[in-house]
Amino acid sequence: MIELKNNKLEISFPEVHKDAKTSIDFKRTLRIPNDGNTYPLPAGLGNFPLHHIEDFSETIPDNWKHHGGVMLPMYQSEALWINFSNRNYPIAIKIGTGKINAINGREWRAALNFRKQDYIVSSEQPWIDGFKIEEGIIRQFVAAPLRSGLTVEEQITGEAEFGGLQIEAFPLKAEAWENILKRRKLEEEAEQRVYYCMAEPEMGFGMGGKMRQHIYADEHNPSDWDFLNSNRCFVHVLNSINWKEVTGQNPPDLPLTKNDYKLKNIPWFEYYSEKKALKGTNIFTKLQTVNPFKNETSITPKFVKKIRSKVSEWNGK
Amino acid sequence: MRAFGKHIKSLRENLYKNDKSFSLRGLAKKAQIQPSYLSKIERGLQQPPGEESIKRLSKSLNEDPDVLLALAGKISTELQTIILKRPQLFSKIIKELKTLPDHALLSIVREVRDGEW
Repeated sequence: MIELKNNKLEISFPEVHKDAKTSIDFKRTLRIPNDGNTYPLPAGLGNFPLHHIEDFSETIPDNWKHHGGVMLPMYQSEALWINFSNRNYPIAIKIGTGKINAINGREWRAALNFRKQDYIVSSEQPWIDGFKIEEGIIRQFVAAPLRSGLTVEEQITGEAEFGGLQIEAFPLKAEAWENILKRRKLEEEAEQRVYYCMAEPEMGFGMGGKMRQHIYADEHNPSDWDFLNSNRCFVHVLNSINWKEVTGQNPPDLPLTKNDYKLKNIPWFEYYSEKKALKGTNIFTKLQTVNPFKNETSITPKFVKKIRSKVSEWNGK
Repeated sequence: MRAFGKHIKSLRENLYKNDKSFSLRGLAKKAQIQPSYLSKIERGLQQPPGEESIKRLSKSLNEDPDVLLALAGKISTELQTIILKRPQLFSKIIKELKTLPDHALLSIVREVRDGEW
């Protein structure tokens, strides 16, 4: 089941295991310059608000009712990253924008692809900031109006049918989790003995500037995943400018600019893990990126916080 | 009150395994409370703190604030407001739900609706 709580998608599989749960929230962030440089990870600048689309069924586009799910407001000048919490029970998560898989650039398929991994494992991957273009490099998820020709969906399929974000989660089988717990207990015991913009209201996602981020390889056995139980959610994205006319509520404050980021001395982040990362390039390297929204010039990261295999907080990152 | 402290300690120790900032002092700093006070709470020697501190603890520990508040014998201001709007109706509902099994309770939780896409 998927519930919406405190602007987070709480995903759980009580029918599989009491521990089989994770939560996903969507962080607002600075749109890094698309100037050829590769940047560290920018901080989270608060959560995007999320609402059930049915609460606004009179004012949302008709096709959204058909898709179900939730919605969030996004300015054309901002970017988004996805934060995975409760990083314990392994949950495989597929992420699509406009039904194009963000890891391999292929059209959406309902299953997990083990030969060419097309998902992340929430217990290993603390966050994802964009489309994986090559090993250790991603291009930021930036808002682009649907039907602008700039969304990844339109560039790959030639159509602007879906937009938004799609999420599907598969839990590890309960037996596999119990085995992991037993193994961890044995390891712990062993350690103790020795000494652990506007116009189009519907938005999609295009590719922004380049960032250093690994997508970690799945280390579980394919047969350990439970295909019989999955949860899906369509996250619709509405241009913040149109948020009030649809919801009657004010949109979030305007996003920070690169100058605000510099002035406020907000840190950049590098995440290190010993885990194996996914190699190879994909179709994303051939696509057009979204042009600078306004006078976009380079920004030099003033200081970079290095985080090793743990989630640290600066509004989430 | 012991259940509250025990739950906090167990959540903190689980997080500490992967993140050393979840030491007693580390969590106290994140939740803006005194380490000695947190230590007493964890050992059940002190009453749970007020709603705002519990909410900060829940945020740091990534736990549902309503769960921590319930363990502390409190109800969040948000829930109180909801109940006070229709007190008779909610007290009747809660009494009716008291003996329902978990799976039946989960069926009345509002889920995000999935459609066709």
